[in-house]
Amino acid sequence: MSATEDHVAGRPAIDRPAAALATASRVAPPPRHLLFWLAAAGLGAALVVGLRMIGNEYGYFAGYFILQYIVLASAWNILGGYAGYVNFGAAGFMAAGAYTAIALRKATGLDLLPGIVAAAAVAGLLGLGTGYLTLRLRGVFFSIATLCLAVVLQTLVVNWDYVGGSRGAYIVRPREVPPFVSYGEYMFVVMLVLAILAVGISRTVELTRLGRGLQAIRDNERAAEAMGVPTLRLKLIATTLCGALMGVAGAPLPYYSGYLNPEAAFSLAYAVNAIAMPLIGGAGSWLGPVIGAVLLGGLQQAATVTISSALNLWIVGWMLVIFVAVAPRGILGWFRKRT
Amino acid sequence: MDPDLVLLLNGIVSGLLLGGLYAAAASGLAVSFGMLDIVNIAHPALMVMGAFTVVLIGTTLGLDPLLVAVLQAPLFYLLGIAIYGVYHHFFERRGEEALQGLAFFFGVMFIIEVGLVMGFGPEQRFLDPPYAFTTLRLGEIDLPLRMLAPALLALAALGLLYLYLRRSFTGLAIAAVAQDAEALRLMAVDPVRIKRLAFGISVALASIAGGALVVVQPVEPSSGQIFIGRVFAICIMGGMASLPGCLIAALLFGVVENVTATFYGPSWSPAVAFGWLLLVLAFRPQGLFGKAA
Repeated sequence: MSATEDHVAGRPAIDRPAAALATASRVAPPPRHLLFWLAAAGLGAALVVGLRMIGNEYGYFAGYFILQYIVLASAWNILGGYAGYVNFGAAGFMAAGAYTAIALRKATGLDLLPGIVAAAAVAGLLGLGTGYLTLRLRGVFFSIATLCLAVVLQTLVVNWDYVGGSRGAYIVRPREVPPFVSYGEYMFVVMLVLAILAVGISRTVELTRLGRGLQAIRDNERAAEAMGVPTLRLKLIATTLCGALMGVAGAPLPYYSGYLNPEAAFSLAYAVNAIAMPLIGGAGSWLGPVIGAVLLGGLQQAATVTISSALNLWIVGWMLVIFVAVAPRGILGWFRKRT
Repeated sequence: MDPDLVLLLNGIVSGLLLGGLYAAAASGLAVSFGMLDIVNIAHPALMVMGAFTVVLIGTTLGLDPLLVAVLQAPLFYLLGIAIYGVYHHFFERRGEEALQGLAFFFGVMFIIEVGLVMGFGPEQRFLDPPYAFTTLRLGEIDLPLRMLAPALLALAALGLLYLYLRRSFTGLAIAAVAQDAEALRLMAVDPVRIKRLAFGISVALASIAGGALVVVQPVEPSSGQIFIGRVFAICIMGGMASLPGCLIAALLFGVVENVTATFYGPSWSPAVAFGWLLLVLAFRPQGLFGKAA
């Protein structure tokens, strides 16, 4: 979060986006893109090698779980963290991606990778549509509309027999995918690549004019508009990108679990995690959702194994409430100098 | 009479009765969201929580669910005051209600829902009052008491609230705080106190709506989710802060949903309801009865 957040609410608000633009360009280090991609690729390779040396299938399972949330949380952060528009419909977009992959496989027999591309397209269009319908209104209405979108989509899927309706759909998992030691590793690597892409995209957004424009919208939309920021266009780009990435997070889900029903795909747990992780890690920075996803995702994995799955979701809810109340800038906020 | 026509008439009448329940559920939101500008997405969850406590207390003491709902309303009032206290201290005062406040209420909703699953289990709960299986008949039209009694309670609660907001000093102050909190301060009224009180009332209404809900249908912890869209749709269509608008929108909503369920099957009714909300948001955000901003 930028220093502008520290302005007291009573101060005149007009100077805030200008200040946001100024501080963003002054404080931000020169973007080192090559270094980032190399480091991410190195970290990813190290993870794959490390997990293969451990050689436990559960490691891939837990890793996939956390990586999927890195994608989801980074996607949420593009719209929620930078632009300040809260998307409650993460589960809806994710399920849209998952069901696109299922439908594509049933219709054409195409496999996971084309499914991911199709999921990105469908969920991205969905995001664009939602944004177009509601972004001209106050942010709250956008939030409510996303919540409703999830319910509408769930109703449609429940009534759509082609993809299994309420009974759910099965996808037969191959036992082995050649270069990988197991199917679990294959899924893990796919998700790892997607997570690196998602984080990279959100970092690129943050460091370019798009991100600065979105931050100006968050701080004061009217003033941003007056300064010549094309607010509607930027918001539409952000909703499309956010929806597409969420769809991408969902596309491998049926392949990963082998079976998917609407109740699991539209689970509120995805929506709450997608919000909690960036806010706990530190919304408005590309690193925040990653920290939040690793922390909360890891915690949930540990709690599911040791305690119960209801209790671990409860803990997520409490952490969300406590963090937004006590540490509104998230964990990253602790390490940032207050100006 | 033509059987289709009878079916349609019955669909409309029970839709109106269902609309009574929706009015109870949405009226609390008309106070918190419409008047106080607090986006309490946890409202339906609070209503379901009210329904669960009604079942718990009603079964233990052998009391009528609607009576329990009214009796426990003061406790929910206190709960509402506590929630508002937290919300005001951490979000409203800092001017951070937009993103963080929304996330806060979303978290509260999630905590309530998962808490209910942990406390009561995920299965459906019900509490049938003795009159639940009686049906009045007016010619061809059925009036099941299971639907009629909650609708009447909802109308009574709405009527009382309307009178309170129109006639009493604090009621007028609540209406005033919606328009201009600063001006209220100049009249030596503390806007925070008024908002706290109004938010308490809105949560107390959630308790009454919960009692009405449990008479109409069995409840489960996730029942609140489907009500989120409904109550926000009704509230927005009714023009946010207007109680009569809220009532009319709720009745209309009940009829549309029920007629859809009668003719196309109940699994389609949520899509109609939420689709309608999306259309309203897109084309008439000031509500069906609201004035253009």
